[in-house]
Amino acid sequence: MNLLMTFIQKAIGQGVAILFGATGEIVTEKSGNLNLGIPGIMYMGGIAGLMGAFFYENGKENPNGFVGFLIAILCTLAASAFGGLIYSFLTITLRANQNVVGLSLTTFGVGFGNFFGGSISKLAGGVGQISVQTTAAAFRAKIPVLSEIPVLGDLLFSYGFLTYLSVVAAICMTWFLKRTRSGLNLRAVGESPATADAAGINVSRYKYIATVTGAAIAGLGGLYFVMEYLGGTWSNNGFGDRGWLAIALVILALWNPARAIWGSFLFGGLYILYIYLPGLSRATQELCKMLPYVVTIIVLIITSKRNKQENQPPASLGNAYFREER
Amino acid sequence: MSKEVKEPLVRMTKRDTIGTAKAWGIRLAAVLLSLVVAGLVIVAITKQNPIQVYLGIVDGAVGTNRRAWVTVRETLALLCIAIGLTPAFKMKFWNIGAEGQILMGGTATAALMIYAGDALPNWLLLVLIFIASAAAGLIWGLIPAVFKAYFNTNETLFTLMLNYVAMQIVTFCIVFWENPAGSNTVGIIGAAGQKGWFPSLFGNIYGLNVVIVLILTLGMYIYMKYSKQGYEIAVVGESQNTARYAGINVKRVIIRTMMISGGICGLAGSLIVSGASHTISTSTAGGRGFTAIIVAWMSKFNPFAMILVSAFLVFMQQGAIQVASQFGLNENASDIITGILLFFLIGCEFFINYKLELRKNRKEGK
Repeated sequence: MNLLMTFIQKAIGQGVAILFGATGEIVTEKSGNLNLGIPGIMYMGGIAGLMGAFFYENGKENPNGFVGFLIAILCTLAASAFGGLIYSFLTITLRANQNVVGLSLTTFGVGFGNFFGGSISKLAGGVGQISVQTTAAAFRAKIPVLSEIPVLGDLLFSYGFLTYLSVVAAICMTWFLKRTRSGLNLRAVGESPATADAAGINVSRYKYIATVTGAAIAGLGGLYFVMEYLGGTWSNNGFGDRGWLAIALVILALWNPARAIWGSFLFGGLYILYIYLPGLSRATQELCKMLPYVVTIIVLIITSKRNKQENQPPASLGNAYFREER
Repeated sequence: MSKEVKEPLVRMTKRDTIGTAKAWGIRLAAVLLSLVVAGLVIVAITKQNPIQVYLGIVDGAVGTNRRAWVTVRETLALLCIAIGLTPAFKMKFWNIGAEGQILMGGTATAALMIYAGDALPNWLLLVLIFIASAAAGLIWGLIPAVFKAYFNTNETLFTLMLNYVAMQIVTFCIVFWENPAGSNTVGIIGAAGQKGWFPSLFGNIYGLNVVIVLILTLGMYIYMKYSKQGYEIAVVGESQNTARYAGINVKRVIIRTMMISGGICGLAGSLIVSGASHTISTSTAGGRGFTAIIVAWMSKFNPFAMILVSAFLVFMQQGAIQVASQFGLNENASDIITGILLFFLIGCEFFINYKLELRKNRKEGK
């Protein structure tokens, strides 16, 4: 029972970063932009938040956790939105190929994260390992009273702010896409930009806003990882392939952020299952780590085979829109 | 209709054609601009004289005989992968699984080096390595192609996921191959007898790499340009409906092309493992599968342009690694530099395809 509790908690902990990434990518893809730069953007978001908090804590005698918290979030949003802006400018204004731009952005972003993560202490004058305990503590603060409840408290109320924000963001985005006029317009842009354009929707503006917002949301996943998961420090390539898993989750969730919530916890569970399965040798553990990817491949095959209308990606996904080229 | 029509400040029109010289001029301008920006970034971080930074890059890439050959070796590996990706991308099959195909080829190579290294003469071993690595990459390319052909499964994400499956297969094998025990790395394979290593050719240890990759480059150029299959690939890439109408068996073309693409990427794995690093790890591919996509795309699938683009990228990467280590910074600086270069190179294509026209101050109404 105790083991199961820890497993669920850890699975959720693994899932949150993926959920942020997937929510951001869904919003982006709904505008018809397949942003393969999300993994890089998540690195950029993570390191920017960490650097912001680091310079704040280093410069202040008695750093205030709450101020560090705000600075970290702002830096993350700014850096990841900047990543989204590079992507938008190249694909929307300069009409470059989306996959090529996305992959370059991932190369850039991962390098950006690892470079500053590895060199920040040297650039700041050799202070050794970076750690931002005060800010990280603020990110890790549990809900005061509710988390004391046995079992239920551990299961539901023992997480930091960003965990709840990830779920709220996913639900809000589902609501936005399905229930608002702007959401409808955005989906129209992703399905058929020419029709949307004829209906008087500013296609470029929708694409820009959706991509930049999506990138900002995804960046929070990186921040979650460095602050709440790692406790305010950086390890090179520590974030690993979670960004790609986020893109995979978009398919598992069939372009619905609310469905990505349980999907992300499932992915998180699969990601760490090898630790909890008894009787695995080192070699079989490695095979067990394949699970999230294999499950994604199976879902991919099944959805393509069933070919249901409502489960398909946005029709214009991956194509740039040229008004004069119809 | 006397109401003044608001004309935007800048408007773009599509160019019909552009002279080769002008197109390359624009590309050259983009390269220069990217060098300036990349230089500024390095200067901002290291606070050094920019001239010195550029000299450091040149020194790092080709400063000594050994460094120059490392640059050549890395260029060849990147070029080989880009050559492998060319037919797939020409067919508009987004094979972003080159990483996995390289790793599978590398794993097959390492397996042969470890298990058959002492039993066979070196030439036979090398022949087996080429066959096995190409076969391993071929299988890894075949799987998504079959699903794409029959169920129209999204190949971008399928091949991407296969990368990570391949990575786990490598870590699985490392458990059995690790040397020394407990290190979780394979170490240099066959260091004593150099079994399964590429032999020196023309007095150079990377001679065989050069020969193999140049043959592949030339072969791919001829295959894409003059063979019937190459033409079929181009037609399928432009429009599957047209291809079907013309009587081309689209399923067969997709599967066959991905077998070629995966096979060459697998061969690149043997080039890296047997011809360069002599070891295997999850970072054997090291992101080159992704960079090669950009190389192939930027070169418009022209194998000779690929030589230039990959040489330029590797030159800057090796230089940046050297500059970074000189200033005690982390080697990931080279990824940032690569990223900046790519953004400019990708962005400049717009100016080749489109022409910007400034608003003219016209008094008379339309």
